[in-house]
Amino acid sequence: MNPAHVLAVVTPYTVTPGLMDALQVTILVLVAAGATAVVLIRVPARQVIALSAYGLLLAVLFLAFQAPDVTLSELTVGSVALPILLLLTLAKVGRREK
Amino acid sequence: MTPRQRLWMFLIGMAGLAAFYLWGLAGLPSFGDYPGPYGDIINRIAVGQTKATGVVSAVNFEYRGFDTLGEEFILFIAATGVATVLRHLRGERVAEVRDEAAGRHAPPTSEAVRMVALILTGPTLVLGWYLASHAQTSPSGGFQGGVVLATAFILVYLAGRFLTFERISPVDIIDAVEAVGAGGFAAVGISAVVMGQAYLTNFLPLGTTPGAVSSSGTIALISFFVGVEVGAAFILIVSELLDQTLLLRPGSR
Repeated sequence: MNPAHVLAVVTPYTVTPGLMDALQVTILVLVAAGATAVVLIRVPARQVIALSAYGLLLAVLFLAFQAPDVTLSELTVGSVALPILLLLTLAKVGRREK
Repeated sequence: MTPRQRLWMFLIGMAGLAAFYLWGLAGLPSFGDYPGPYGDIINRIAVGQTKATGVVSAVNFEYRGFDTLGEEFILFIAATGVATVLRHLRGERVAEVRDEAAGRHAPPTSEAVRMVALILTGPTLVLGWYLASHAQTSPSGGFQGGVVLATAFILVYLAGRFLTFERISPVDIIDAVEAVGAGGFAAVGISAVVMGQAYLTNFLPLGTTPGAVSSSGTIALISFFVGVEVGAAFILIVSELLDQTLLLRPGSR
């Protein structure tokens, strides 16, 4: 690895590399499981809630991979904005079908 | 096509896909590898050049500010589109709002939801404001802050007060606020041109302390305008959709 990429800053919050690897692997597995769950759930309203939780998982993934800006975007868009729009759409469509 | 032929088609296609996929995987750079020079250059010079410690914002609103302007207008146009499609046309009949299950008692918003929404509204507003106004110092920015600000308004709706939600976000005012946000970004760019510099040149004093809230010149200003635009656009989209969907029932008012 190019030394220019290594940030030599140690703070009280610095996590050891081994622990960070474990965290990254764990969250990657969780994201894979979450994506599968979103696809397998067939009831739209429940799917939206699962999608919201999946957005939360993705946000943690981005945080674990040192992208706090993307974390914030994913939190707001993936787990709040998108589910709200989908739920509103479901409410509209569901009412017309009746 | 018989099921047997179909299976063979699938197997052949699958084998081709697998081959290409594995070939692609073999050519991937190793984990964490970064070949490009730009990130390294930005890491070295960004804080000194812009006095912004939120380097992502410095990239978004300064080094590639023109791209961000385009992205901002995508959202502006999306909100405009929603408002246009869902507007009341002249001569269009507004369907009478009637209770489609008159005999059924609509469950009221639960006290727990109402309570949580009320408790969260204030902190959400503060958080959104903080995010939109601190792009230059920490990981945040107008986009995230704007959506969080809009969320605070949606919490008001969740607390069971649609009429309050409508009163604090009348579409006309929100329209104007959105335009101010979108136009503000473009105006910052044009101001630089008026002063004889290139479009979106950072013409404000940068300040001396990297990481100070008052540092970074136009980066903070643009982020603020983006926050206003995104927040207004999102409130507009949600309130237009709510207008369409809302289950207006006695008791839900």
